[in-house]
Amino acid sequence: MSKFKEELKKNNFVCSECLKCKKLVWPSSDFCNSCFSPVTWKNMARTAKLIEFAKRNDEIFCIAEFEDNVRIMGRVQTTSNLKIGQSLTLVFCDYDGKEKFVFEPVI
Amino acid sequence: MKVGIASSGLTKFTKNDISIESLMLSSIKPIFNDTKNLSQNDIDIVLTSTNSNDKYLANIISELSGIAPKTSHSVESLCNSGANSIVSAYSYIAAGLADVALVVGAEKIDNPGLVLEWDKSRGQYKHPIYWSSMFASAHMRQYGTTLEDIAYVGAVNHRNAMDNPYAYFERKFSLEDIMKSKPLTDNLRVLDCSMSCNGSAAILLASEKKIRNFTDRPIWISGIGQKSTSASFTKNENLTRMESTLYSAAQAYENSSKTSSDIDVAELHDAFSICEIIELEDLGFARRGKGSVYVRDLYNTYDRKINPRGGLIGSGHPLGATGIAQTIEIFQQLQGTAGKRQVDNANTGLVHNMSAAGTSSTVLILQS
Repeated sequence: MSKFKEELKKNNFVCSECLKCKKLVWPSSDFCNSCFSPVTWKNMARTAKLIEFAKRNDEIFCIAEFEDNVRIMGRVQTTSNLKIGQSLTLVFCDYDGKEKFVFEPVI
Repeated sequence: MKVGIASSGLTKFTKNDISIESLMLSSIKPIFNDTKNLSQNDIDIVLTSTNSNDKYLANIISELSGIAPKTSHSVESLCNSGANSIVSAYSYIAAGLADVALVVGAEKIDNPGLVLEWDKSRGQYKHPIYWSSMFASAHMRQYGTTLEDIAYVGAVNHRNAMDNPYAYFERKFSLEDIMKSKPLTDNLRVLDCSMSCNGSAAILLASEKKIRNFTDRPIWISGIGQKSTSASFTKNENLTRMESTLYSAAQAYENSSKTSSDIDVAELHDAFSICEIIELEDLGFARRGKGSVYVRDLYNTYDRKINPRGGLIGSGHPLGATGIAQTIEIFQQLQGTAGKRQVDNANTGLVHNMSAAGTSSTVLILQS
C-alpha cells in the first residue's frame, strides 16, 4: 500500500512535495511534475475552501481546495446552508479501498 | 496531403453479449461489402479504438479480416479513444507513411474505462455522475440554468435517436419522462445520462491520391484540434466550461479557416445533458450562459443541427466506438446519405469527442 493510503488510514492527509522546488504534486507521485526531482510527504493542513457541491439523497459531496490549489472531492457533514468559498475543516479521512475525506463547515 | 473519409460501417448499439472481435468485424464487414474497388490488400494501417484489456487486438482484427497491414495497434484514451484513433490514422496518412487506414472502435459494457481509478482527487466519488453533477451545480449557480433546461437536452437527443436505426434506445422519452426519471443526484436524473452499451463503428480513411478509387464523394478532414489539460477531474479550474474543448475548438477552427457560424451540423459529446449545454458555449454555438436557450430552440423548431443521430444520450455510449460513430454521422450528413436525419445543405460539420470529465477533447472539422 502506498504511503498516501497508509497515512489516510491513520486519518492523515499527506501530499507529495518536491524536495527541490517545494511544489506540491497532486495527485501524489514519486516525482515532481515540474522538475522531476524526488519528493517527500507533507502533512496537509486540515483547512480547505468549498469550491462546489451537490447532493445525492441526503449526502452532500463537494470539491474542497487545500493550500497550493490541491483540490479533492469529499463529503460535507452539516445541516446548515453552504456557501461557495466558505472555509471547511477536514474532520476525517480514511482509506478502505476508496479514498475518503469528510469535511465540516467552519462556523 | 489531404486526408478524407471514404466509407464507414456501424453495428447497432445493444446490450447483447458478443465478443469484441465479432463486434469489430461486424462494423468492418459493411466497409468491404459496400466500398467499390476495396480489397484487403489496399489497407496500410489498422487501428483499434477500445478500452478493452485484450492485447494485440489490432493485429488479431487484421488477421481475422484477412489484412496484413504495415502498421497496426490499439488507441486508448477512455471516451475519446475514437476521435484520437482517427487523428492517429490521419497523421500516418498526412505524413506519407500510408495511403489507406481502417479505424475500428468497439466496446463491451463490461470493459474497464467507465471509472478512472487513478484519479485520487475524486476521493470516494469516482463514478462520472459526481463530476457531471459538479459541472451542473456550477452552471446552474453561475447562469441560472434549471433542471428543466437540462432535461431539454435529453428530449432533443432522444427524439433524434428515433430516426437512428443503430441507436441503443428504441423508444422516445418525452421532456416529462426525463423530468420524472429517477434522480441520481439533486441535479442529475437517470435520463440525463448516456448509457454504457456494446457497439462498434468503423471508418475508412484515405489519402487524396487514393481516395477516389473508393468513393466519388469523399469527405475531407479539414481541421483538427486536441488538448489534454490533465487527467484528474479537480484540475478543471472553472466548472462552467471545459478548457480542453475551448482550446481544441479554437485550434480546429483556425486550421480549417472556419468559425462556429460555418458549421452546418455537429456531433457533441453529451455524456451527460449538462455537458452539451456547456459544449455549445465552448464551441461557439451559443453565447456564454445561453447554451440552454440554444437547446430549447433546437427542441421547439425540430432543428437537427446538433446531435442528429441522438448523441450519446439517445444512441448509447460504447466508449471506444463513440468518437468514430460521431464522425460517421457527420460523414453521412455531408455525403447527403443520412436519410430521415438529413440536415439540409450540410457542407461543413464538426465532431466533438471528450474524455474523463472534460480533461481532454478532440474537435474535428469535416467538409464535403
